[in-house]
Amino acid sequence: MLEIEIDGKKAQVPDGSTVMDAAQQMGVYIPHFCYHKKLSIAANCRMCLVQVEKAPKPLPACATPVTNGMKVFTHSDLAVQAQKGVMEFLLINHPLDCPICDQGGECQLQDMSVGYGGMKSRYQEEKRVVFHKDVGPLISMEEMSRCIHCTRCVRFGQEVAGIMELGMANRNMHSEITTFVGRSVDSELSGNMIDLCPVGALTSKPFRYTARSWELQRRRSVSPHDSLGANLIVQVKHDQVMRVLPKENEAVNECWISDKERFAYQALNSDQRLTKPMVKQGGEWREVPWNVALDYVAHGLKDISREFGGDALAALAAPSSTLEELYLLQKLMQGLGCGNVDHRPRQQDFTSDGKRVGTPWLGMRLAELNNLDAALVVGSFLRKDHPLIAQRLRQAVRKGGAALSLIDLSADDQLVPLHARLTVAPSQLAQTLAAVVKAAAQQKGVELPAGLENVQVCEQAKAMAQSLIEGEKKAVFLGNAAQQSAAATQLHALGLQLAQITGATFGFLGEAANSVGAQLAWALPTGANARQMFEQPRQGYVLMGVEPEFDCANPQQALAALAQAKMVVLFSAFKHEPALAYADVLLPMAPFTETSGTFVNTEGRIQSFAGVVRPAGDARPAWKILRVLGNVLDLEGFGYNTSEEVRDQVLGGASEFATGLDNGLNGVTLQLPQAGQGMERIADVPIHFADPMARRAPALQRTRDAAAPAARMAAATLAQLGLQAGDLVRVRQGQGGAELAAALDEGVPAGCVRVAAAHASTAALGEMFGAISVERA
Amino acid sequence: MAILGAINPVLMAGLDGDNSWQLKDYVARGGYEMLKKILAENIPQEQVIAEVKASVLRGRGGAGFPTGLKWSFMPRSFPGDKYVVCNTDEGEPGTFKDRDLIRYNPHAVIEGMAIAAYAMGATRGYNYIHGEVWEMYKRFEAALDEARAAGFIGQNILGSGFSFELFAHHGYGAYICGEETALLESIEGKKGQPRFKPPFPASFGLYGKPTTINNTETFASIPFILKMGGESFLNLGKPNNGGTKLFSVSGHVNRPGNYEIPMGTPFSELLQMCGGMRGGRKLKAVIPGGSSSPVLPGDVMMDCTMDYDSISKAGSMLGSGAVIVMDESTCMVKSLERLSFFYYEESCGQCTPCREGTNWLYKVVHRIENGLGRPDDLDLLSSVTTNIMGRTICALGDAASMPVQSFIKHFRDEFAHHIEHKTCLVPKDVQWAGSGFHKVAS
Repeated sequence: MLEIEIDGKKAQVPDGSTVMDAAQQMGVYIPHFCYHKKLSIAANCRMCLVQVEKAPKPLPACATPVTNGMKVFTHSDLAVQAQKGVMEFLLINHPLDCPICDQGGECQLQDMSVGYGGMKSRYQEEKRVVFHKDVGPLISMEEMSRCIHCTRCVRFGQEVAGIMELGMANRNMHSEITTFVGRSVDSELSGNMIDLCPVGALTSKPFRYTARSWELQRRRSVSPHDSLGANLIVQVKHDQVMRVLPKENEAVNECWISDKERFAYQALNSDQRLTKPMVKQGGEWREVPWNVALDYVAHGLKDISREFGGDALAALAAPSSTLEELYLLQKLMQGLGCGNVDHRPRQQDFTSDGKRVGTPWLGMRLAELNNLDAALVVGSFLRKDHPLIAQRLRQAVRKGGAALSLIDLSADDQLVPLHARLTVAPSQLAQTLAAVVKAAAQQKGVELPAGLENVQVCEQAKAMAQSLIEGEKKAVFLGNAAQQSAAATQLHALGLQLAQITGATFGFLGEAANSVGAQLAWALPTGANARQMFEQPRQGYVLMGVEPEFDCANPQQALAALAQAKMVVLFSAFKHEPALAYADVLLPMAPFTETSGTFVNTEGRIQSFAGVVRPAGDARPAWKILRVLGNVLDLEGFGYNTSEEVRDQVLGGASEFATGLDNGLNGVTLQLPQAGQGMERIADVPIHFADPMARRAPALQRTRDAAAPAARMAAATLAQLGLQAGDLVRVRQGQGGAELAAALDEGVPAGCVRVAAAHASTAALGEMFGAISVERA
Repeated sequence: MAILGAINPVLMAGLDGDNSWQLKDYVARGGYEMLKKILAENIPQEQVIAEVKASVLRGRGGAGFPTGLKWSFMPRSFPGDKYVVCNTDEGEPGTFKDRDLIRYNPHAVIEGMAIAAYAMGATRGYNYIHGEVWEMYKRFEAALDEARAAGFIGQNILGSGFSFELFAHHGYGAYICGEETALLESIEGKKGQPRFKPPFPASFGLYGKPTTINNTETFASIPFILKMGGESFLNLGKPNNGGTKLFSVSGHVNRPGNYEIPMGTPFSELLQMCGGMRGGRKLKAVIPGGSSSPVLPGDVMMDCTMDYDSISKAGSMLGSGAVIVMDESTCMVKSLERLSFFYYEESCGQCTPCREGTNWLYKVVHRIENGLGRPDDLDLLSSVTTNIMGRTICALGDAASMPVQSFIKHFRDEFAHHIEHKTCLVPKDVQWAGSGFHKVAS
């Protein structure tokens, strides 16, 4: 510990602290622009100059290490003169267009100029003009003359997002922040640069000129978009969501959110919102009052249950539904005598049902990811499935030198140096993980688990095993694609084996916002699971928040089952066009901003939130719809007054973290699947197609990540099929097909074609990782 | 001709032949003897450094930091790569000595670097050459080829087990790349921008490894120091200002060019060697150490000797030894305008005071020169320079401020006249008479 005195106050600070760290610890404010606790030190704005005893010149607090007994003065003449001088310099070329600047009211430069600036400028020369740049649909760089060159955005790209998409070109006062020539900013974390920009140079394109910051109310919420459960500040004006910002929570999202979380709100205010209950009668859709709709639904479900039995019904909910919604849905179905309830529309392999010891989860706390020494992620489109988990792993590699290895289906650039990587066809995932298990067993000299005798071990697998054995803190994770794969249970068992041999922690990178919560809410089948309920079509379906053509493992099969059903009830926040064909009732459900509820994130953290705006039109929180439906059906136990009552009933007393989390498996024997034959499909779920909100957010839909799917193949595969990149091809699975452009992607394993799921153009296809044929169209 | 005049030359001695830059000439002059001796006798590293310390060789790039002391900062026992880097990014207006060193005596630089690498346990070296002297870069590359072929650099030099790889690297002419940490960034392939210090290059330098950066002339002096002994080198000059030094004299003298003279030689003697003032006009002012050093009035300068201490006592800096001589036909406002433009243009734009301040300084001086000065402009200029100096990441901010401060301090009446009368104090015909260009034109 070092002793430091700032402005007469003494304190002890840890070794290696800077004066800025010490000041923050002591609650002393030192003005700054370029300094940010999550970014490297640049010391370029010079706003934090302070006087240090015995130093002839003022020193930047952000970059000056504390020495024992150091005396610092932040308000001495020398310090104040330096700060005022810098403030004057920062303002001379700044346009001072605060009245029309989006940053006005929340601008660090504005605030600081009140504190340190003069009333009048001594600068009477011409001001610099910086040309605007178009960097894509999310970030506006229209007024770059406002830039003060703090380079926070540049450092964010290099250090946090992992890719330098912005840089400072030119010298002297002609310096400007710009992209590489002709490029845009495409990182899935790019929106954070808007928050980081201390002035109005980088602003939000969708939010631009729609409200002033002081008109907005700040309300807390939790992201429904991925399993991390990022904490959000939703800003609201006149009962409308105007923008979404991160709420700092070091244990969860630190101070970042992904672009999906930031910009998906646009969908909430779109004209695609479903605002009235609708019923199809005689092929015609009619808007009806709630009581009519609910009576209709209650009668319909009851009739089917009475006539064909409860097993003729099925309910499928999105895993991003709230805990309360999921609990009440399964309770309602149980009340109707139906155990066919599930929340895993993308899953294909359910053999672990009934064999899991507890609720599958990350296996550790999110914050621990940063301190890992070694990690192996199996079957994940890491950056796009889990932008902020990928970010944490990136920091583990960058700062802690962790060895990160991947077994994945496409060699997408994860923007982090990898220790080892094996990119294989979907049918090879289990074999490949088995090779790592075998290598680990051999290296540790322990007995080889039965069933792995014939597995071939390659160098990369050895390297992976070695890193897991050597590291002190280590983990093996299964990603979304592994959980969606046909060999999910085998991968689960192999992962446990590997963890046991190497001493690593085993966990799941949860698929969706409430994947853990859904299990706790018993939204699990006692009858048919998500696959069986479509394989063996039912008479009646209740769908909550899912859009089967995009969200199901086999949309073809799901749509066929729905088409033949007597009754399909869809709880949806949006008027989902395709559903108009197969649904009979559309119930307008409130999205996360309009309902209270709870998500349990992948680390088991229970995060409840309140609605931030009133529901649009006649939309209602789904837990209330289900409650009323329960009452209309005269079912027991639907007398809840608040969503908190539901939550407390589900979670018992647990408040911060859920209990019963355990990744263990009982009674699963290793039996590696046979190698696939013929062409295999690799279906990623593109980040901005992953949930109904993102699909309807116009700005997100204009990003590069939202480009229409192509049939991506390696050169060898293209050549084998006699195709060239750009050719129009017809891909087929079962009865359905799609016409797509062929594209060259060397990251796709040979013999595979990567065709994204969750997009209208590929909705007619079948299984995400099934057999597929490709021919010239 | 390698040099226009010299007194007791060391670096430039015996360079009158046609092929002085070639290896065989250098060897004939006694070149690479010291390297051979050090390697053959396995002279301890400390002893080499002690000899350099004894010579009181001060860094020839401008700051005048004692070279031996700098070398002793290098963590010799640090495992892994360590670097020596030669700074030939000679961009300061008025300075043109290093280009002649690698043009006429490149092997002295190579030998000096190899000895330095030996003394500091470095395994790799770079010579960063200014982008606007392409010819010299090519010549240095040729010299490197010769040295490599002769086994003076490379693996296992002269069978001693000591290995040192040396590469030339040329910049693209940015002045800021002469700042040592910006130079390192540039070698690393990044934008040339100074790093914040600490950490200093000795602990975190090129590619994050311990690195020592010296000027070309500093490295070139090393073989000669070791050959004649540190003590003798020191005695060539005067106490605390050892050896001889190259001075690049430019401006209103009859024979502008490079001169090698012992430290402590009177300025008047140097001026005489340069053939005196052009046209016999009166000496008005001298910038003694490159454009960033404060200007001194002619009469003050005539009392100075050419060494760090004397010039510093007179209120300026010896800098890189670039002596810019101005006669009475010079308009000091116009001179300052040109200098301010240079610093404005060459500011890297990284930190606020320099990026904004150099631009502001130039715009105000430009306005005064063009008859748009305002009465409070001189106070404004001095206040802006105060706000720049000592507040920036590197020394460029100070370098831009010192000319402004010193020009106004010593020639305030010329600036005041400009502001009040919208024209120069020095009549236009006198200015034209001093300009070779106007003579030809008329």
